[in-house]
Amino acid sequence: MMDALGPHAGFILAAYLAAAVILGGLTTAILVDRRAQRRALAALEERGAGRRGGTTS
Amino acid sequence: MASLTELANPARFMRLSNVLLPWLAGAAALALAIGFYLVWFVAPSDYQQGETILIMYIHVPAAWLALMFYSMMALSALGVLVWRHPLADVAQQAAAPIGACFALICLLTGSFWGKPMWGTYWVWDARLTSMLVLFLIYLGLIALRRAIDEPSRAGRAVAILTLVGCVNIPIIKFSVDWWSTLHQPASVLRLGGPTIHASMLWPLVITAVGFTLLALALHCAAMQAEILRRRVRTLTIFEAERLDRLSLQAAQ
Repeated sequence: MMDALGPHAGFILAAYLAAAVILGGLTTAILVDRRAQRRALAALEERGAGRRGGTTS
Repeated sequence: MASLTELANPARFMRLSNVLLPWLAGAAALALAIGFYLVWFVAPSDYQQGETILIMYIHVPAAWLALMFYSMMALSALGVLVWRHPLADVAQQAAAPIGACFALICLLTGSFWGKPMWGTYWVWDARLTSMLVLFLIYLGLIALRRAIDEPSRAGRAVAILTLVGCVNIPIIKFSVDWWSTLHQPASVLRLGGPTIHASMLWPLVITAVGFTLLALALHCAAMQAEILRRRVRTLTIFEAERLDRLSLQAAQ
């Protein structure tokens, strides 16, 4: 693999690795954030926070 | 216009994006799989740059997307300032980290390409410097929003700064024409047509489409997260007010 990429294989692989890490991190951060907000909203709605006459327990 | 207004309703956007998101993600995965198959197994190496041309297939789409997301943010900024539409603010807020990530990918992959080809990771030429400025503007916009507690004030401040930062977009695009730069001139998006051979152009176009679909899918998901966060904030305030009222009633 490294031979096929020639004398600059390290630079090529570093570029692909950097892109993969950044995009992987971004995707994970967005999905984790969305899941956390969904759970927080579900918890609030379960407590009746969205209704004027909702329960407080 | 009426359908745009309907789409711009957050609840409707959530319903539509829930349907659209799996298709966007699937199309992105397919386009990237085909694109990188062509890049790694079909496209030839460059007669001057050898295998380092492989870096082009992520560097160029990342640069395009960094510019595209900033342009989308500028349009959203108009939506915030002119129509004061909350979904425009959500779109703008969700786009900033995605644009920043693509600008960072562009800068890093450019450095890894520059070292073997130019003999240096970095030069302060017009294209590289203006791209670094774009990345810093993205970070500044993210920081500004976090610095202001009140969401609508933060949205307006970010929108104004976004429009001010627009001046950098044509500078990035035309920097290679206006100044003598180490960076090569445009070879795909130019008036006379692309100067890249079709054997490299098509894999580049397909990977660019794949990255664009991925970025749009991420933008959709980030907008959903932001809409949910604002709903959580509103309900938390409602709940706190109700608890206050109940404790006052209990005290009377």
